[in-house]
Amino acid sequence: MIENHMTIMLVVLPMLAAPLIALLPSKNLSWGLAILTATLQLYLAVNVLLDVQGGTAIHYELGGWAPPWGISYRLDSLNGLMALLVCLINFVCLLYAKASIEAEIPGRKLGLFYATWQLVVTGLLGIVLTGDIFNLFVFLEISSLSTYALIGMGRQRQALMAAFQYLLSGTLGASFFLIGVGLCYAATGTLNMQDLASQIGQSDQPMTLYSGFAFLFTGLLLKAAIYPLHAWLPNVYQFSPQAVSALLSATSTKVALYVVVRCLLDVFGVEFSLSRLFADLLLLAGSLAILFGSLRAIQQTDLKRLLAYSSIAQLGYSVVGLGLLTVTGLSGALVHLFNHGITKAALFMGAGMLALGPGTTLLTRLAGGTHRPWLLLLFLTGGLSLIGFPGTVGFISKWMLALAAIEQGHWWLLVVILLGSLLAILYVWKFIETLYFVPQNPPETSTGPVPGRGMWLACGLLCLAIVYFGLDTRFTLGVAMDAARQLLGVHP
Amino acid sequence: MSLLSIDHLYYWVIVILLMLGMYSMIAKPNLLKKLAGLSIFQSAIFLFYISLGKQTGGTAPIIAPGYDTYANPLPHVLMLTAIVVGVATVALGYALIIRIRDAYDSMEEDQIREQDDQA
Amino acid sequence: MRPDLLLKVLAKFLIPFILIFAFYVQFHGDFSPGGGFQAGVIISAAAVLYVLAFGLELAERGIPLRALQYLSSTGILLYTGVGVACLLKGGNFLDYSVLLDNDVAGQHLGIILIELGVGITVASTLTLIFFTFAHWSRHS
Repeated sequence: MIENHMTIMLVVLPMLAAPLIALLPSKNLSWGLAILTATLQLYLAVNVLLDVQGGTAIHYELGGWAPPWGISYRLDSLNGLMALLVCLINFVCLLYAKASIEAEIPGRKLGLFYATWQLVVTGLLGIVLTGDIFNLFVFLEISSLSTYALIGMGRQRQALMAAFQYLLSGTLGASFFLIGVGLCYAATGTLNMQDLASQIGQSDQPMTLYSGFAFLFTGLLLKAAIYPLHAWLPNVYQFSPQAVSALLSATSTKVALYVVVRCLLDVFGVEFSLSRLFADLLLLAGSLAILFGSLRAIQQTDLKRLLAYSSIAQLGYSVVGLGLLTVTGLSGALVHLFNHGITKAALFMGAGMLALGPGTTLLTRLAGGTHRPWLLLLFLTGGLSLIGFPGTVGFISKWMLALAAIEQGHWWLLVVILLGSLLAILYVWKFIETLYFVPQNPPETSTGPVPGRGMWLACGLLCLAIVYFGLDTRFTLGVAMDAARQLLGVHP
Repeated sequence: MSLLSIDHLYYWVIVILLMLGMYSMIAKPNLLKKLAGLSIFQSAIFLFYISLGKQTGGTAPIIAPGYDTYANPLPHVLMLTAIVVGVATVALGYALIIRIRDAYDSMEEDQIREQDDQA
Repeated sequence: MRPDLLLKVLAKFLIPFILIFAFYVQFHGDFSPGGGFQAGVIISAAAVLYVLAFGLELAERGIPLRALQYLSSTGILLYTGVGVACLLKGGNFLDYSVLLDNDVAGQHLGIILIELGVGITVASTLTLIFFTFAHWSRHS
């Protein structure tokens, strides 16, 4: 029986867990329930993804109401991959969060912290799985609102301003999305994504649709922090609690970018949305993001802020892949969402472990961290993956993107991609050098809490994943290729 | 100009409200005013959706004898959800502002930024 | 005469009517306009009026913060629980028809329970928000 309901259970489980966790009296019980939910979700996500391999899709009608009247969930390779990413990161970050968050947040707030965390996951998975565009807005707001609350729990007072500014720009983005949905509804009379897709070609109000399209994407690109709409991101990633930075960097912008892909290629369709101009704009924005993000990353003096700017650059790669509009480029973009997600989560976890004692991620304060030699392995694996070194996941996605650029004859794009990697070498070397090869001025004995076993386990798992998916690409790349073919309507 | 005719009046009102809200969000340094701007912006969207559901001569969408034209209830339902989201957003915003005022002793963005730069 | 006497008398007089209206909106919601959101907001409006007239201490003796926290979680649990009950009965999530043998009766039961969950959560959450803010201004 459960097989038919696996899709919905992915969203229902955290929704059920959130109030239960808030009711539980002890922080250990709360965490236990959270990790149990995450394990079940991970199992479900792997299973549904295996079910949809090879181009089938799972449909699920909420309340038994058939679309377009009811809300339906639809799962194919594209959102299967995203659901797996969210569940995997959720699981690993929760493992990590136990020891990490107890050092940052007073014990009485921990129950609410984990409950809010579950709401973030509910929202993210809802966005990924739903087939109804208004339902998507609701889940977007569920995840965003809970995210603002989590960010505000950061240790430094700047976290509050970061949360407030993110609240303003995030709500603005979601509101733009809502206006866009309203205009599309006015032109077509439907909110179901597939129904919308079939109505858009026949609509007699192209101007309404065009303005709806413009609003929708402005909002989404703001949520996804695509250059030049990235201004909220660095503060948020820098000042959030460590585990929250890891969770957000790997999921929230990726999920927003997923919505961009879904709406652009599935709902509006290539003919409508990607007239050459818009595709070229994406290429341009992506390239600028790569260069701008990398250059800014090199200038940073704070490890987490450096990683945040690197995220802006790495998101640019996915945007470039989307703008290329070929199966190679798009599958490169999609697999990059997954690959960069696990890479960045690992790096933020490493930063969080360094910050455990001193309570800061300023590079000068962390210099000469010889007391944690194992972390060097983590930073090296993650750093090499950011650069795109063969044997790590970062190589796979950049290789695909470079191939796609050559296929299309965009030589300047190839230059940008390689330049991005070159700049990545600079900023990765910058933090590794400061952390391990600069002698520490006042030899600081590491007091403060010691990283827990869960933290080491989480980091180890992600490092393994970075190397494993960098060597054996059948699974991730296979799913991404499936998704790209479906989206572009190409048959193998 | 057909766009300026009276049947598009409510769209103009909505656009003006949207602009007012966004202006206040961007230009005012006071955090409360920013949040108020956000609230105005969202309210304008509610009005926009409600106006989409309007039918000329339509009544409230409750089946009753003697009426055969009804307003479209779907946008109303959607806005009910969006209003709840809006309430939650504003409440969270106020909570953050109070905590910011506790931490910085100020609600003006420029003063807060000054304090951060000094630190 | 104390200056707030009129307010207190009026509030005492009004609050029962506000609550009755809230319950009407809540439970008549599947036949006429209304439902959990609206009823929850009306209930919390009654709570706000009570606090304004009689003060926070008295209100918290009646409904402690902790109870509100539990209630807001219970409401969501009721909502999701009904959905999961539908799953266990062999239907889709939130497919109320399978709850009882009779489809229509099942639909009624489902929607009443769901709206009750929504009502409890909205009422307790909004009251909780108001109480928390009221506390805050006292501390700082």
